[in-house]
Amino acid sequence: MLEVRDLRKRFGGLSAVDGASLDVAEGEIVALIGPNGAGKTTLFASISGFVRPDAGAVRFLGADIAGVAPHLICARGLARTFQIVQPFEKLSVRENIAVGAHLHRPARREALAHAEAVACRVGLERRLDQPAASLTVAARKRLELAKALATDPKLLLLDEVMAGLNPTEVDEVVAVIRAIRADGVTVLLTEHVMQAVVSLAERVYVLANGRIIAQGTTTSVTSDAAVIEAYLGRGAAERLRSRREVRHAP
Amino acid sequence: MSGKAAGSVLLAALLAVPFVVQSEFWLSFWLLVLMFAFLGQSWNVLGGYGGQFSFGHALFFGGGAFGTAILQVRHGINAYLAGAIAITLTAMVGALLGYLVFRYRLRGAYFALVTLAFAEVARVLIASFEYTGGGFGMLVPLARGAANFQFDDRRIFYLIAWTLVAGGCLIALWLENSRFGAQLIAVRENEDGAQALGVDPVRTKVLAIALSAAMAATVGVFYVQNFLFVDSQIAFGPGMSIEALLVAIIGGVGTAFGPLIGAVVLHALGELAKQITGNAPGLNLVLYGLLLIAALRFLPSGFVSAFGRRPKASPGAVDA
Repeated sequence: MLEVRDLRKRFGGLSAVDGASLDVAEGEIVALIGPNGAGKTTLFASISGFVRPDAGAVRFLGADIAGVAPHLICARGLARTFQIVQPFEKLSVRENIAVGAHLHRPARREALAHAEAVACRVGLERRLDQPAASLTVAARKRLELAKALATDPKLLLLDEVMAGLNPTEVDEVVAVIRAIRADGVTVLLTEHVMQAVVSLAERVYVLANGRIIAQGTTTSVTSDAAVIEAYLGRGAAERLRSRREVRHAP
Repeated sequence: MSGKAAGSVLLAALLAVPFVVQSEFWLSFWLLVLMFAFLGQSWNVLGGYGGQFSFGHALFFGGGAFGTAILQVRHGINAYLAGAIAITLTAMVGALLGYLVFRYRLRGAYFALVTLAFAEVARVLIASFEYTGGGFGMLVPLARGAANFQFDDRRIFYLIAWTLVAGGCLIALWLENSRFGAQLIAVRENEDGAQALGVDPVRTKVLAIALSAAMAATVGVFYVQNFLFVDSQIAFGPGMSIEALLVAIIGGVGTAFGPLIGAVVLHALGELAKQITGNAPGLNLVLYGLLLIAALRFLPSGFVSAFGRRPKASPGAVDA
């Protein structure tokens, strides 16, 4: 469904994304993890059109979308959320979600009705008439999700929707994302909250210094030496292994 | 009472003016108030709902005014046709200007400065050519009759102006309850956020400025038919631009009835200041300024907020 090939993006002297490739198949939940500054957000922005990649290809449903404007990518069925949430502060939750709903629903009444339905799916039904500015962090994250979901995406890119949530809230959002996938939406997410990654993702890509350094199931990548080094520093994998051996020694 | 209810009552009351007021002076006064209310509404479409604060709405007012005057005087075109052409051309100028400005992502103060600059350039150019009336301005020949859009009875002008204002309020209410309006407000609130939801920000803002320009041009056309005279200073001067944004801001930015309430309050205050200070020249402006400061101090989000707790575009929400 989504193919990213050898994507590159430089900001001045810094290679934020340096030849990253990944695939997402229809119906999957795929996670993209990596240490801070690995280039996850830039990679997301390049896929969703907010950043024009310097080189490489992004194919979505067979069409090349690298460099296409964000609103056109959204209209094709690829919606994203922002790590730093972007609510329409002065509008109510219902109106916020309705902006997304309007993409495929010209009639105001229909868009508002759809907004209400989406709010129920993400658990915002009791805050429909509250202005977005008055929401808590957790509710803002849900609103971000709801807005994207209201555009009827085929693929949803979630950029750290669980950052800043407590474990109970994370569990709730995990359940919401599962339900979204069950409704036929494919999900690609970046996340620091490993609790969520482990319980959601079927496959994981690990990004470090703009490159994919490992991929596979959560258990296989978390024991990968390159991944451990990327997170904890050079030689960390070696030290961990030796410590484990000492502990297991008779 | 909500802002919308208060605005509707005010609008309805203004319909009675030509049937109650006998004095020619006060009829002209209220006619001017209505014209500025609609001009303020045109600014409000772009500035209030779209968040793009224009400082050069005189460009569009003048486009309509000089467009129709030139077509009538120099080319002998019928007043209605000339007005329609002038409004259409001005809307196109607005769209073109908007495309250039929004394409290159000029926002906030830069947008304000660019619009001001364009209005000033237009003012200087219009004053430089004989064809456009030069420094003197343009006189539309007196030819009373409905066929020429000139009426002996000022009350007819008044009723037309009232219809325009009512139409302007309907346009604003439409914005609050339509897809286009929702997208425009979303772009105002957060451009990236809106674009991520499939809204084309450039297209949305270009349509808004075209609509706004057409509305302002309509006031210009109406102004010329009413006074049969216009010059570059009146039409393109900063005074007209300030008038457009002031009535909207004083009344309540991004509210359907804000510009109407603003125009009534502003001109009532101005007239009051004149009556109080009598003949002392300039003193009325001092008093007017003080009244303005007081208004902004106590009602910073506009006079509409005196009526409702929550003055904002909120279809579906419960009005306070």
